[in-house]
This record gives sequence, C-alpha cells and structure tokens, in this order.
Amino acid sequence: MYPANYKYSQEHEWVTLEGQTATIGITDYAQHSLGDVVFVELPKLGAKFSAGQTIGTVESVKAVSEIYSPVSLEVTEVNTALANTPEKINQDPHGAAWLVKGRATNPGELAKLMDAKAYEAYVAEKEKEAGA
Amino acid sequence: MGAKMVNFGGWDMPVEYSGIVAEHMAVRTTAGLFDVSHMGEIEIYGSEAIALVQHVTCNDAWKLSDGQIQYSGLMTESGTFVDDILVHRLGPAHYFLCVNAANQDGDFEHIVTINRFAAEVDNVGERYSQLAIQGPRAREILQRLTAVELGLIRYYHFTRGAVEGVASLIARTGYTGEDGFEIYFSPEHSEKLWDRLLDAGASLGMIPCGLGARNTLRLEAGMCLYGNDIDRTTTVWEANLGWICHLEKGLFLGHDALARQQATGLQRILVGFEMTDRLIARDGYPVLSGERQVGRVTSGSPVPYLKKNIGMAYVPFDIRTPGTEIQIGVRGQMAGARIVKTPFYKRPK
Repeated sequence: MYPANYKYSQEHEWVTLEGQTATIGITDYAQHSLGDVVFVELPKLGAKFSAGQTIGTVESVKAVSEIYSPVSLEVTEVNTALANTPEKINQDPHGAAWLVKGRATNPGELAKLMDAKAYEAYVAEKEKEAGA
Repeated sequence: MGAKMVNFGGWDMPVEYSGIVAEHMAVRTTAGLFDVSHMGEIEIYGSEAIALVQHVTCNDAWKLSDGQIQYSGLMTESGTFVDDILVHRLGPAHYFLCVNAANQDGDFEHIVTINRFAAEVDNVGERYSQLAIQGPRAREILQRLTAVELGLIRYYHFTRGAVEGVASLIARTGYTGEDGFEIYFSPEHSEKLWDRLLDAGASLGMIPCGLGARNTLRLEAGMCLYGNDIDRTTTVWEANLGWICHLEKGLFLGHDALARQQATGLQRILVGFEMTDRLIARDGYPVLSGERQVGRVTSGSPVPYLKKNIGMAYVPFDIRTPGTEIQIGVRGQMAGARIVKTPFYKRPK
C-alpha cells in the first residue's frame, strides 16, 4: 500500500527524493479520511518553505485540510492538472496526484520522517483510536 | 460496511459509507437509505394536548387533521428557536413530535416546564428507531416491503402500517429535497429493516447514506440545520421561516416578541449565497459587504448535484436581495459570492 521508497510525516504527507528534487503528496490514509476531494490550492513556483510550513490546502466535501511540507524546499513544479481533476487525489494519491515538486534545501530532514513500515504502524494505531 | 463513524450527541453515527458525492447523487437520481434513529421523539396527549402544542410552537396546529404533519418551531419567549420540529397529529388529543437529537432532553424539559394544561408529555426517543428512504425511487422500493398503498400518502402526511411485518408510522417527509419516506418503529427491528430495505433497493441503485450526505442534501435543498442556521439567538422571522409562524392563531410563547419584531422590522435575515470564484465557504467564515464584516456563514459547503459552492448566512436586511454581491473571508482571502434565492435545488415535479 505505502511505497517503500517514500518517507512519511505524522501529518500524512509523503515525500520522495530523486537527486535534489523532492516530490510531495498526501497519503492514502489522508485521502480516505478526507473523503471526496473537490478543491486543491497549491503554492506558487519559486516559493520557499521550511519543513512543517503550510504549502497549500486540500478540501473535500466535508472538510478543509492544510498540507504541511514534510521537508524544506523551493517549489519548482506544481501539479496543475489537479485544479480540474481534484478527485485524482482519491484515486491515485501516491502516484499521479502528487502535489508539489521542489528542490530539497535540507535533504537531511528526510531521515527524521517515518519509513513505510513505521507509517503503516502509525496509521493502524490511528484507526484503532478512531474505532475505539 | 466500511463506514466512517463520528460521535454525534452520544450516538455513533456513520458520516459516510461509499462517499458523500456518491451518496448525495444516489438520493438525487435513485434512492438512499439513512439511519436517523438518533432523532428524538416526544408525545403530547390528553384533553388539552392541542392547547399545549399551540402554546409552545409557532405554526398553527389547529390546521392539522389526523394523519397530517407540519414543520414548526419550538419557541422561546423571545420568538427564537428552542428547536425546529415536525408535529404529527395522531388523533385530536394526541401529537407526536420529531425533534433534533441533541435537543431532545432540552425540548422535553422546556415543554414540561411551561405545561399548564391538561396534557401529558412523554420523552419517548428510546421507543423509536427511524429510517429515511429518500429519492425518486424511494416509494417504489419501500412499496416492495409493505401492503400500505404508499401512493395514497400525500406529502407531509403519514399512516400506520406494517413494513416487513413491523408496525410502523410511515410518513412522507424528509430532509433531502426529494420525495421519500421516514418510518418510525420499535428499535429491536432496526437491523432487520435496514438490511431488508437495502436488499429491496439494491437493484435500483439505492445505497446507504451517512450524515455527510444528509447535510449536503439538506443544504442544497435550502433547509435549516439547528445549531448552525437557527438557534436560541435567531427568531423565526430572521430565519426567513415566516411561513411556519402564525401570529393570528392566538397567544403562544414568543408571540409578543415576534409581533413586536414584525412591527419594527428586521435588522438581519438568513439568505442563501453561491460562491462566484473557486473558493469554498465553510461554517463560521466571515461575510463581508463593502469591506465591512456583516455576518458569518452558518452553513457552507460544496454541493455535489449542483456542483457549486454554496452557503447560508445572516446578512443585514437591506442587502438581502438576490443578485447582491458579497464577500466571504476564506482563510484570509476575500472570495466573491452572490446572494441567491433559496432553495438552491428544487426537485423536478
């Protein structure tokens, strides 16, 4: 379910690094919790963010959720296709519905994030809490 | 069932099953089934039952005949809402109120406290479960499980009869803007009726629906949600619900305050609006007119059938006219919106 080459934040974003380029999205757990996504607001090209800062919002029918950048980065590309097809976030959150790409300005931050196995345990715990 | 649950007034309630959009669209195009057993029920009976009902509500219950239902407001002395309710006349001396879950005990206390009539009041929520079958195919589906001729039950009327052998009150009401039925029965039959109704409707595309779709459907149909759009601070005139208020019926709780407000005029009124850019208004967001904050959004959401971002808000009376441009503060940005007529959606006849 959760790609092994991605890292995951406690706020349910994923990030993967290719060279210096970080790609960021929200996790399957996040899209499922939100429900039908209807609107995405993404940052401007060139914008700079530190890890943990808000880089945009994803809105479903019932809720607004802020997206926090899991790593520090300078935005080089945003997924403009999502403006007209926000539902892709529900369909392919780990793939085609990536949100932002950027130059990771402090790649060492990735080490602080969870790997797939740790994230799976983390969401399993969340689901247990919600079910209790 | 894979439902996402939320705690709502002490009840564990499903927010959604297959997704709010799919559920909303099912109700608009075929049918949806809602478990609304959290709703409260209060019975009023006795020789002066009608006098008590008339005293605590703003609509005119004298207009009801047996088997008829009316939407009404349970009023404070200020003419504001203790609750919005459905009054069912079971008989000339017997009324059945369907009330909001979170208000049930408060409503009961309120009615008992001001009861100076020969009338008994019973808080009977635990004796009833309620299922709502809503949508253009609702009648056809429910008909598969009952010998009662559903076509003979007019809108806002009810009858008693068996559904899958379960004694029920079958009402042609709903909170979705579609044709449909709300059935009340003894709680031990809940699971059985839920399962049988889903089976009966599956081939026609009926699906289970949660509180999320219930909210988007009622908003699209321009119906108020207690706690959001109406409460103890909003009068029946301000809520634009004058059609359920009959001052001429005689004195009732809130009558004088409402008569005064009618004479002096309103400062504000509840209107519907739709967003004119892509941003979404949510509950509580500020409403602005000419740079000045004039109110707050009471209900705001994208709605799946109209595919618009809409909402309701109290605005100054002089800017209430449909077509008036307003702004909504969306997380620090000013977003354009326009006041429109409600209901936003009206089902085709």
